[in-house]
Amino acid sequence: MPPGSSFWIYMAAMLELTIPKESLADPMIPVVYQVERVRRETHDTFTLDLNPSNGTGMHSFAPGQFNMLYVFGVGEVPISISSDARECPALQHTTRMVGAVTKAMGALKQGDFIGVRGPFGSHWPVQEETNCDYLIITGGIGLAPLRPALYHLMNHRDKYRKIVLLYGARAPEDILFRRELERWRGKFDLEIQVTVDRGANGWRGNVGVVTSLIGRAPFDPSNSVALICGPEVMMRFAVMELQRRGVPPQNTYLSMERNMKCALGFCGHCQYGPMFMCKDGPVFRFDRIAKIFGQAEL
Amino acid sequence: MIHSLESIIRNHEFFHGLEEKYIVFIAGCARNVRFEENQYIFHEGDPAERFYFIREGLVSIELMIPHKGASTLHTVRDGEVLGWSWLAPPYRWHFDARTLRSTHALDFDGECLRRKCEEDHHLGYEVLKRFANVVSERLDAARLQLLDLYGGHA
Repeated sequence: MPPGSSFWIYMAAMLELTIPKESLADPMIPVVYQVERVRRETHDTFTLDLNPSNGTGMHSFAPGQFNMLYVFGVGEVPISISSDARECPALQHTTRMVGAVTKAMGALKQGDFIGVRGPFGSHWPVQEETNCDYLIITGGIGLAPLRPALYHLMNHRDKYRKIVLLYGARAPEDILFRRELERWRGKFDLEIQVTVDRGANGWRGNVGVVTSLIGRAPFDPSNSVALICGPEVMMRFAVMELQRRGVPPQNTYLSMERNMKCALGFCGHCQYGPMFMCKDGPVFRFDRIAKIFGQAEL
Repeated sequence: MIHSLESIIRNHEFFHGLEEKYIVFIAGCARNVRFEENQYIFHEGDPAERFYFIREGLVSIELMIPHKGASTLHTVRDGEVLGWSWLAPPYRWHFDARTLRSTHALDFDGECLRRKCEEDHHLGYEVLKRFANVVSERLDAARLQLLDLYGGHA
């Protein structure tokens, strides 16, 4: 039965009506949201704009946190929130269509329902770490979990020094939030450098891996916070390059990814050494995971 | 502000820590050059007698693929070194280099420096150490590019 079918719309409405309000605070029970818009970002990524179906959704979230999104009748997956926290309870989630759930999610239409549990997990230190440079290194879909942090930094611009975004994509057509990046670049108080792994005819920008941009990025290593999100191999090389430039491990933060199920640290699916990705992560300060980061069996 | 070639070279990270006499010598092998947008700096197969420090601009390292055209493998930008084929036989460029925008660079006479390195092995070692670092960084980058990190299965 397709997720947008009348059966699931009916079930979602029943969920709203039959569950007492106080039990909606149970983190295992999803709040029903309605799809406002499905925005295609690239050939395999999309952004879901969601609004709480009865007007009362989550009150707030911190940049870097994630929600469990439940496509009725298909399954539930963890997706980072990609919107500005000031717009909460309206939410955006940006993801790539890779499995059954995210493919079903990408097929949702305006007006369809989806279950949302959250927000879960740790967050980027943008509220705590001020009066310093921010170096944001990201690749591919990794820009999505960092977007709320960028919004926060720009909404409180006077609290920070330089803000540098280094973003790598596979090819020019895979650049996420392209218009937004162009708009941000036009603000002149944010340095944005984009590179692609594979150039194409007409591409006049950088070609090469994102880590190669770190060496020339304008920031003060002794007074910087680095936020990194992307494929784990990319993050390993980014950390190496940051260390080479003198950014201390305690000022380096990474967003990790593992298979999460309950999102509450009960089920153990996302165990990462002595920690749980869902509860202690997904954002980790590097010095706290340095000993286990990059280990093949974890 | 006008900087002498010596001061530009002395303050460049690449030559950091090099003895003053070598800075003076290397400056003697260098000149300022400017390339227009879309201009070829060198072509694959041509004799490689020079190398460049990009002061401002962007250069595409390309390979011509039959029936497909030029494919950009890597770009070199402000503060980076362009070209190391002058260091190793057969001293021919392996790729094309074309500016993507107007580019200012320092152009070094590689043949002159290579001769000096043969005469003075201390200088030779210092130069090779620095170029080995550039080659190592580019090799790492090329390997990561091969992994197709941002593909759906990465």
